[in-house]
Amino acid sequence: MSAVKGQGVFQPWLPFLTLLRKEVLRFWRVSSQTLLTPIITASLYLFVFGATLGQRISVLEGFSYAQFVIPGLILMGVINNSFANCSSSLFMSRYLGGIVDLLVTPVSPPQFILAYTLAAMLRGSLVGLVTWFISTLFAELPWTHPMLAILMAMLASFLFAQFGLIAAILAKNFDTLSMFTNFLLLPLMYLGVVFYPISILPAPWGHLSYLNPLFYLIDGFRHAILGVGDTSFLVAFGVSGVMATLLFGGAAWLIGSGKGLRS
Amino acid sequence: MEKALHIENLYKAFGGDEAVKNLNFDIEQGEIFGLLGPNGAGKSTTINMISGICRIDAGRITAFGCDNRSKYRQTRRMLGVVHQEIVIDNFFTIDQSLRLHAGYYGVKDDPKWRQELIDRLGLGPHLDKVMLKLSGGMKRRFMIAKALIHRPRLLILDEPTAGVDVELRHSLWEFVREINRNGTTILLTTHYLEEAEQMCGRIAIMNHGELVVLEETRELVRRLSRRTLKLWLEKALESIPAGLEAYHPRLEGDGRRLILCLPTDQGVGDLLHQLSALHLGINDFETEQSGLEEVFLQLTSEGGRS
Repeated sequence: MSAVKGQGVFQPWLPFLTLLRKEVLRFWRVSSQTLLTPIITASLYLFVFGATLGQRISVLEGFSYAQFVIPGLILMGVINNSFANCSSSLFMSRYLGGIVDLLVTPVSPPQFILAYTLAAMLRGSLVGLVTWFISTLFAELPWTHPMLAILMAMLASFLFAQFGLIAAILAKNFDTLSMFTNFLLLPLMYLGVVFYPISILPAPWGHLSYLNPLFYLIDGFRHAILGVGDTSFLVAFGVSGVMATLLFGGAAWLIGSGKGLRS
Repeated sequence: MEKALHIENLYKAFGGDEAVKNLNFDIEQGEIFGLLGPNGAGKSTTINMISGICRIDAGRITAFGCDNRSKYRQTRRMLGVVHQEIVIDNFFTIDQSLRLHAGYYGVKDDPKWRQELIDRLGLGPHLDKVMLKLSGGMKRRFMIAKALIHRPRLLILDEPTAGVDVELRHSLWEFVREINRNGTTILLTTHYLEEAEQMCGRIAIMNHGELVVLEETRELVRRLSRRTLKLWLEKALESIPAGLEAYHPRLEGDGRRLILCLPTDQGVGDLLHQLSALHLGINDFETEQSGLEEVFLQLTSEGGRS
């Protein structure tokens, strides 16, 4: 038997690339749950709002309801899946104990965050892309500012990847984790102008909607695609950017300090 | 030569419970070092602080001269850890997991070394299985392969043979010896004290978070073990003869068996000579030497200290 000595040359970025590869393989391996299910859900929404009810509703002058709702549905897919990828992967690792395999390796906290975040963004982007592709069967989008739309989608994906990391670390059990989804993400999503513009809401609900952080993400994304929105793109992007920075700071602090990961 | 591991005033508490109290010890390069203690002694907490799973409240740990907090990436590259709990990841087969694990340590997969580990640990027929499909013994073997895949300089084995059958235990220990002969320093904890006695050059025993003793295994057993002299007598004794009090005598078998404890510095011949003067009528005698297990119990019982 050869000696154990003779460790190969250390490649500082290899731990990050390996973790990223592992996270991508993880969701790819169970793609029926991680990709197909959200795509089917989005398709059903598109069918209901694009081909049936949407024909009878008009909420924004100059656009069909399908055109209005599609950006929201795309971003909903991006957000849900970015959050779910980070939260479920990290929480399962903590729950089953597999996280210790990672904690004893030279994966640094920035590499840890970056790998989980990029994998989550990839999954979110894939779901968003397929949702958009299917949506072309129901309506054409004008894509007024395509680069800004991509930027906004990436920002939303990044933001919810950070939120997913935080939820996975703070959750004590499956119940707590599902509370993040059911009692926080879902209500904010449905009240966050995916299906209607703020302008049609009666007072005080219209004003209260400005407190919903998802409003800025969805409205900014829709604004970039349709060229109109409830608020200016700059405000939407600015508020989303601040939120993303805060959540990134929170996730970085938790992972850097090892809270919830290292005893 | 720098120490493989240097632990200085290490302290850890969980809430109000002190798990490790000002622990100090060194491990030399090339050693097989045993860290023993009863459940809750602080062994696993110490190992978790070395490997980075557990945060250090106070004190310092260096591995091959690198501080495991300020230079954690360098330190962790040099360590391989076999955890006490079986770590399960059912997304990947064990072959895929081994390949991924090398990457986590920043080293490229070395197919030759990976194959050698697979062959040596008998994992070949199971490469395409996920962890859940493996037997307990195979899971242990896989965890050892995983800990060695990046060729660590210090291998930490935390109860690696817990729940493993005798045959596998023997083959695993033989493998560990082989790795050690090839230059890897070993830190192990085990509940099988006989194995620790055979494997480890030095042993540290912890109790209630403190180091109770740290000594060369042979010297520790020699110094603290007890020798017993059992005498089978021609005639039953009704009481213990005077003059034997120093040997903690006791009678068994209706007075036909006399048992005496020998001090470590006294030979059996001296005692037999002394006994012949008592005209006890000795039919037969036998000496027994206690091992690490008795020493361990002696040191870890309430108030036990070397």
